[in-house]
Amino acid sequence: MQRIIILGGGVGGTLVANLLARKLHAEIDRGRVAVTVVDATGDHVYQPGFMYIAMGAEREQSLRRAERGLLDRRVELVVGDIVRIDESRRAVELGEGTRLIYDYLVVATGSRILPEAIAHFNEEAHHFYTPDAARRLRRALDAFTGGRIVIGIAGMPYKCPPAPLEVAFLIDSELRDRHLRDRTEMHFCSPIGRVFTIESVSEMATPVFVEKGIEVHTFFNVDEIDPEQKLVRSLEGEELPYDLLILVPPHKGAQCVIDSGLAPSSGWLPTDRETLQVKTAPDAPDGTKAPRFPNVYALGDATDLPLSKAGSTAHFEAPVVAERIAAQVRGVEPEATAGTYTGKVMCFFEIGGGKATVLQFDYNHPPRPPKPNRFWHLGKIVFNKTYWHTVPKGRV
Amino acid sequence: MPEESAPVISRTIDARGSFCPGPLMELIRNIREAQPGDVIAVLSADAGSRTDIPRWVEKAGHRMVGVFPRDGYDEIVVETLH
Ligand SMILES: Cc1cc2nc3c(=O)[nH]c(=O)nc-3n(C[C@H](O)[C@H](O)[C@H](O)COP(=O)(O)OP(=O)(O)OC[C@H]3O[C@@H](n4cnc5c(N)ncnc54)[C@H](O)[C@@H]3O)c2cc1C
Repeated sequence: MQRIIILGGGVGGTLVANLLARKLHAEIDRGRVAVTVVDATGDHVYQPGFMYIAMGAEREQSLRRAERGLLDRRVELVVGDIVRIDESRRAVELGEGTRLIYDYLVVATGSRILPEAIAHFNEEAHHFYTPDAARRLRRALDAFTGGRIVIGIAGMPYKCPPAPLEVAFLIDSELRDRHLRDRTEMHFCSPIGRVFTIESVSEMATPVFVEKGIEVHTFFNVDEIDPEQKLVRSLEGEELPYDLLILVPPHKGAQCVIDSGLAPSSGWLPTDRETLQVKTAPDAPDGTKAPRFPNVYALGDATDLPLSKAGSTAHFEAPVVAERIAAQVRGVEPEATAGTYTGKVMCFFEIGGGKATVLQFDYNHPPRPPKPNRFWHLGKIVFNKTYWHTVPKGRV
Repeated sequence: MPEESAPVISRTIDARGSFCPGPLMELIRNIREAQPGDVIAVLSADAGSRTDIPRWVEKAGHRMVGVFPRDGYDEIVVETLH
């Protein structure tokens, strides 16, 4: 019996499990292969919806479903806390002392937020990276009658790179509708020298900030929040007073991969950009590749790949992981194209006023976002509504 | 600037496996923990770092010691001033 264990039942883990169940159904039915997903809660959460809770267009109940219902019946689901991965013994330890033995391991434990890493973040700053925080932000926006709004990014990398820009644009639209925009000053702070990491997207988005009258502050790395004076200070020495402060919290990878010695303190797993195998160490400075674990893969937010931490990334990585593991199980070479990740990502990008654009790119082709229009905004809404029937089940 | 006169490097960050804005973010993380007078070298293979890092250093009020081309990467040296 060959055992495939998938850690994390989010976008990446669920899709890999279902694709493997489809590819290996005969082997699973004959009892030669077992596919198991381990997840902390047994619930699957559609995180992109959190932003829409903050914007008043979504409820938490619609964003949560039982993971069991999304998984192929051939996949086993274990609900438990992953504490450690012992690669030398090919074992995963769970909270209650359970040990699961694997032949192949897929790490899809995503990322986590650490607002507490910045003093006074939790009392002073709003965000939209959990349903509770998003609801709190919604209440603050409802109570807002004008003043200074500061929107920024308190750590890179973070989930869904367009999200803070989208939130700035959507709040601008909302305040215009509520006739509050002329009583509001809006500021957007970026830790780097432009508004977005990818240059072509930055070129598309910068004029949108100008058009909407949102002042941009580049190289603004949040250093401290002063709750008495209600201002946020940057490491670069800038100070911005706020009435409403919205910050993307710092992110890290899962604690269990750090504790297992597989990832550095950032928690991002060193991952081969094409095979998605986890590296035993970072590659050497002269380009010599470090050995890869032949049987351990990572995808989604968990990796250190220089790509968006987005569900879309996990979505396009999952077929590669499934192809490679299925081939290994059968003792054949993976199909070259299907078994190689090209860095493909596709993300919608809301710009407010019922318009959006789309970012499609891979390792070799930067995005060339089309002029924002209503079509891509509707595209994002339809995608969000149909997610449950499409992405986790491998139908798109 | 002749390299002989370059100040003694207190810390080297090897960010060669990382792409924009990785090397800049690594530098910022290290500068947060550094003392005034510390000299930090960032090794970066990402061409963007050559312009991004000096621009950030100027804005943040530190001192650029120099960008030194090496074999397939750059060594970017910064002195922490505050
Ligand atoms: C506000 C917001 C907006 C977003 N918008 C978009 C968007 O428009 N488009 C897009 O593509 N992406 C978007 N994303 C990002 C997207 O949700 C994530 O990138 C995606 O979910 C990553 O998938 P994953 O499988 O890597 O991790 P996740 O989906 O986060 O799944 C990880 C799973 O691992 C489990 N887990 C972690 N650690 C343990 C442990 N120790 N023990 C047991 N279980 C564990 C978790 O419970 C979770 O179920 C958004 C995210 C947010 C928060």
